[in-house]
Amino acid sequence: MKKIIAKQEACMGCGLCEVYCTVAHSKTKDIIKAYNSERPKPISRVRREVNKPISFAIQCRHCEDAPCVVACLSGAMTKDEKTGEVKHNKDKCIGCWTCIMVCPYGAIKMDKENKVVAKCDLCQDQKEPACVANCPNQALEFKEVRS
Amino acid sequence: MAKYVIVGASAAGIGAVEAIRDVDPVGTIAVISDEACPQYSRPMISDYVSGKADFPKMKCRNDEFWMQNSVEAILGKKAVALNLAEKTVALESGEKIPYEKLLLATGGKPFVPKMEGQEKDGVFTFTTIKDAERLAAKIDAINAKSAVVIGAGLIGLSVTDALTKRGLKVTMVELQEKILSLLLDAKASDMVEAVVKAAGVNIVTGQSVQKIIGKPGNEGAVGGVVLTKGDTVPCDLVIVAIGVIPRTELAAGTAIKLNRGIVVDNTMQTNVPDVYSSGDVAEAYDFVLQQNRLLPLWPLAMQEGHIAGYNMAGQKTLYNGGTNMSSLKYFGIPIVSIGLANPKEDPTLEILVQADVENKVYKKLVLRNNIIVGLTFVNCIERVGILYKLMKDQINVKKFKADLLRDDFGLAVLPTSLQKKMSVVH
Repeated sequence: MKKIIAKQEACMGCGLCEVYCTVAHSKTKDIIKAYNSERPKPISRVRREVNKPISFAIQCRHCEDAPCVVACLSGAMTKDEKTGEVKHNKDKCIGCWTCIMVCPYGAIKMDKENKVVAKCDLCQDQKEPACVANCPNQALEFKEVRS
Repeated sequence: MAKYVIVGASAAGIGAVEAIRDVDPVGTIAVISDEACPQYSRPMISDYVSGKADFPKMKCRNDEFWMQNSVEAILGKKAVALNLAEKTVALESGEKIPYEKLLLATGGKPFVPKMEGQEKDGVFTFTTIKDAERLAAKIDAINAKSAVVIGAGLIGLSVTDALTKRGLKVTMVELQEKILSLLLDAKASDMVEAVVKAAGVNIVTGQSVQKIIGKPGNEGAVGGVVLTKGDTVPCDLVIVAIGVIPRTELAAGTAIKLNRGIVVDNTMQTNVPDVYSSGDVAEAYDFVLQQNRLLPLWPLAMQEGHIAGYNMAGQKTLYNGGTNMSSLKYFGIPIVSIGLANPKEDPTLEILVQADVENKVYKKLVLRNNIIVGLTFVNCIERVGILYKLMKDQINVKKFKADLLRDDFGLAVLPTSLQKKMSVVH
């Protein structure tokens, strides 16, 4: 499947991935509104990690044997056997945080206002995920990898 | 004749079906359950009572799950006896279901201690959808205003949250000195207790209920409880939420080895060949305590069901264990507690704590020989899964343990070798 790969050596830790992810997952798709006025607050599903001189961006790895899918209490987290994608159904989610407890990447975020979790959906409707498309130094790649 | 017979259609049973079908697309599977309804998530019964989830939302697999997996679902029928010699499971109706491989995933049932007045109308347990439906209907029928919840553990807190959301005045009665004592140390428990009390809940600790009394003029209906020290708490409902005990009845009196639950090896097989067990009824491996024990938790039951399923279908798969691990969402205070979260004094343990009482943020790690063996995080749980990974893989954290409680803790503080192993960096 196609996954988002971080190139640590190219990452400057600027955090634009988080900004564009937030906007891509907002209702308004407007950067000012997404950050200042939109409620519930849109959530970035990618996290910039900085531990100087190292930095990289991390989001759902769509694990082969995804612990979140096994642990999910409600059936909201599923593995798409065809595409390999780990999918999260917000309508099924009850915000029990069990997936957060077991995600080895810390890649699942709390959406406190909606009382559900949020995670990378690979920007399904876009050609390329927003974090990849907008990384100024091409530190994120969207490419086919062995799952 | 089914090749695989599974008794129990909750997490462990569902997990086993998924694993069997992963390797054996054709072997016949029969699932027997005394619950007649479709597969649903038991941990969600508090969401049902609070009104957050209706039954369709509680279905943890789609309606076609049995069909898609070519499972003969024998629902609403109780398995009552095993014959290990002829390899059959007898149903209440007298029908016998032969098996080649058997999984006992019968789960747990609520533990209810003997109490005077426990037969009164308005006393409930809280394990199944039936319990939740009956409780919700009763609240409406008598316009219940108050409840006593016996037990302040995971189940007790979940039902208290649901009842509070429905406007009932709840008193939790807990025999231990602190609430959630299996998950939290005293300091974290106090923090959570303050939040629960602020939502209007009464909390009584260090006592239990000695008897349930009737309503004046209606002795048959719950009117209150008398606590150990003699105080009376008036209430319309009593919910017994002390814990669950394994449903071992099917295995009892057979050659299957029982301790408190059904004893299994690391393939989830019992001492009897071709008979497996998983979930709340089984005593599976705890990687922290390094021994088998009862761990009645949904995610572990699902995992154990998978392991059993793979092994039943002939793909040898070893269980590397679970441990006591819970995430809680109740009263708006997110909590994750894993492993030895509240250990007794022990010189071999190193404890790292960071507490911000004002903001109710608490982080605690318990280490032994620089390996994480327990953790508690309150109100800051987002990256706790990384710590669980370190714990599960028994990674020596000596070189970076000072970073583990940092506010910006994340994968970036891990050694490069580990980051590479996890494919975080390439």
